Amino acid sequence: MKDLMRSPVVKMMVARLLIGLGTIAVISFVIYGVIELLPGDIAREVLKSQATDESVRAFNERLGLDRPFLERYFEWLGNALHGDLGRSLISDVPVSELLAQRVKNSAFLAVLAAVLAVPLALLLGILSATFRNSVFDRATGITTLACVSLPEFALGYLMILFLAVKTGLFPSLSVIDPGAPLLERIWQTVLPALTLTLIVQAHMSRMTRSSLVALFQRPYIEMAELKGLRRRKVVWRHALPNAMGPIAVVITLNMAYLLTGIVVIEAVFAYPGLGQLMVDAVARRDIPLVQAASLIFATFYVSLNTLADVIGIVTNPRLLYARK
Amino acid sequence: MAGMRPAFAEPKRGGTLRLGMGTGSANDSLDPALAIDTFPIVLNFGCLRNCLTEVGPDGQLRPELAESWDISPDAKVWTFRIRSGVEFHDGRTLTPSDVVATLRHHGGESSTSTASSIIAGIEDMTIDGDNVRITLVEGNADFGFLMSFYALGIMPATDDGVDWASGVGTGAYVLQDFQPGVRARLSRNPNYWKPNAAYFDEVELLSIRDTTTRQNAVTTGDVDVVERIDPRTARLLQRANGVTLREIQGLLHYTFSMNAPEAPFSDNNVRMALKYGVNREAMVQTILSGHGAVGNDQPIGPANKFYAADLEQRTYDPDRSKYFLRQAGMDKLTVPLHISDAAFPGAVDAALMYQEQAAESGITIDVVREPSEGYFSNIYRRTPFFGSYWSGRPTEDWIFSQGYASDGALNETQWKNERFDELLGMGRLETDDSLRAEIYRECQEILRDDGATLIPMFANHMFAHRETVVVPETIGSNYNLDGYKGVERWWAA
Repeated sequence: MKDLMRSPVVKMMVARLLIGLGTIAVISFVIYGVIELLPGDIAREVLKSQATDESVRAFNERLGLDRPFLERYFEWLGNALHGDLGRSLISDVPVSELLAQRVKNSAFLAVLAAVLAVPLALLLGILSATFRNSVFDRATGITTLACVSLPEFALGYLMILFLAVKTGLFPSLSVIDPGAPLLERIWQTVLPALTLTLIVQAHMSRMTRSSLVALFQRPYIEMAELKGLRRRKVVWRHALPNAMGPIAVVITLNMAYLLTGIVVIEAVFAYPGLGQLMVDAVARRDIPLVQAASLIFATFYVSLNTLADVIGIVTNPRLLYARK
Repeated sequence: MAGMRPAFAEPKRGGTLRLGMGTGSANDSLDPALAIDTFPIVLNFGCLRNCLTEVGPDGQLRPELAESWDISPDAKVWTFRIRSGVEFHDGRTLTPSDVVATLRHHGGESSTSTASSIIAGIEDMTIDGDNVRITLVEGNADFGFLMSFYALGIMPATDDGVDWASGVGTGAYVLQDFQPGVRARLSRNPNYWKPNAAYFDEVELLSIRDTTTRQNAVTTGDVDVVERIDPRTARLLQRANGVTLREIQGLLHYTFSMNAPEAPFSDNNVRMALKYGVNREAMVQTILSGHGAVGNDQPIGPANKFYAADLEQRTYDPDRSKYFLRQAGMDKLTVPLHISDAAFPGAVDAALMYQEQAAESGITIDVVREPSEGYFSNIYRRTPFFGSYWSGRPTEDWIFSQGYASDGALNETQWKNERFDELLGMGRLETDDSLRAEIYRECQEILRDDGATLIPMFANHMFAHRETVVVPETIGSNYNLDGYKGVERWWAA
């Protein structure tokens, strides 16, 4: 055990984990503070034109919004650590109950998109690197970069226009039902998953391509080729394992995006995920829900980033030792 | 004409209706007291429950769970005869005590019900056989109308209140599955008491808040009906294959509201100058893309019972505007107008149009753009001249006493007029319709010529449906989607 703790890899992992936790703590404070700074009084935004001075006072008293900021923050953080995220201001339902199904739905979409995107990106990247500067390479480059350059909602609407409205191939709505059979849910989620695939494609396939291209210049690859090994074997056996580090980092970062950056795509496809829930909560000033959703997003993002860091360092042991 | 299908065949049973709603939130509840958006209202009121009375597609009040009713001459005591033999979804039989328990559910000191002001007007309720006798604090000839309000669907009584959580009601559809903010699934109530209603076997409500996505969904046939049509893209829907756009003038209207006690708005000449300085027709064409009607600076529209259709419509007249400005002792006037699109869709554009139109009569409208965030806490009622919207109220008395009476809780202009208050009190007690029509005509006239609310336009209720659904020629104008009751009034083609 002692030996294990002395291992530089484990030390590094523990350090990264602690940095991650620290980041989440800072984020939690920012989340709690920023919402205080939103213009307009919560009570008046909730009650809209029906707000009278009396109803506003009653509202603030009922929710304890008249208490000092720091007191409320630490109480909230303490409860959140125990898994109690509070109750919705609007409907008084526990926030965790509102979140549960939405988190599952968001994860479902992210996983489906990843299952489509990762193999495709690797394949395109490898083929582009192998047939560098060919027509195929250029066409792939232009297409993937065009997709990532379009605003997300525009890409979503284009998918709906061509794959649903004009051709009727897929449903234009993705209002999935957790009770439906898996295949049906996948069918309904295809369009948003495809759109997300196109968005994360460019980054991953370009990274794969450039890592491999850099490796192909190395002497040992040249050696392998001179030995008369077949092209396929050179790529899969000799080049790819050495390129896996940076590729894995990029994949992990894109997974973080898939879980947290899909608010717009959810809205475009009416997909019942966490992002839609959060937008709705912001519009209604349902503060506990906004805070809980932000905290979940932040945790996903920081965790996956930490994972990317760890993968990056483990696959490149030079990074374990700080330069003196 | 051989081969042509009659436009409106006999209603037939069967099929599924999929409704794409523009609202829906994870906080939506089965408690009708809390419903303010279209999704929970169509679910709670349109599908699950019935009220004592109902406003028909023709705008007339008709019996629903109350078979009939009697009114005392002073309009203070209302006796509703409750329909017998009506069953709730769970098999219980409707009794007068369910009615009393339901009405109590919306009352009380800490009530957050949208119907709390209605219930506050009730002094006492007693049960007498099949009757519920309601005594009001003061007479109200509109009480029968108020009982058709969408929050007041009758629920089964329990030991200490009502059971709202199960969604059990007497309505046309029985709840199968409800995921707040996502969807609701319902099946036809096999024991529905109402004849010639509820033709679909199944109904599904879907929350699709993105306008483009929603309008696409009816084009692709993923849903049969969508509401909340964007006026700017309504034309595209009309062009789509197999989609029909339906619209009717409702009560939703947009306003520019002045703070009446404050100069210069305290002078009615200034208010009149501002009212003559707006080109209403141009605003309807531009802001509503023609899907609306011009307003006449008073909140009553053709969908109300006592709308004074003969009241002369105010038009754009820079000369009249200048005349009133001179009467106020001014050649020029500069007023800031605080606006944001939170006030109503297209409000900033409307203010900029107004700026240009009013310039013709020497009025400088200084358009102050405010952030949408916090508009209703910081700007609305806190600046002297601001934009606002009213979804309208089904009765004259209701909107007048909330929005325009001296003591109105939502009187956003703080306008006060003795004659108006007096007429309002008279109208409330009067049960003779022709006399009430006269009283409310004068109210509308006073608001038009003295009020502090500039009402340039009424927006139409709009929805679009596929040819898979038959929607009758006459649709209700009290609310969108055929008075929120289309679910039980339409049928599958």
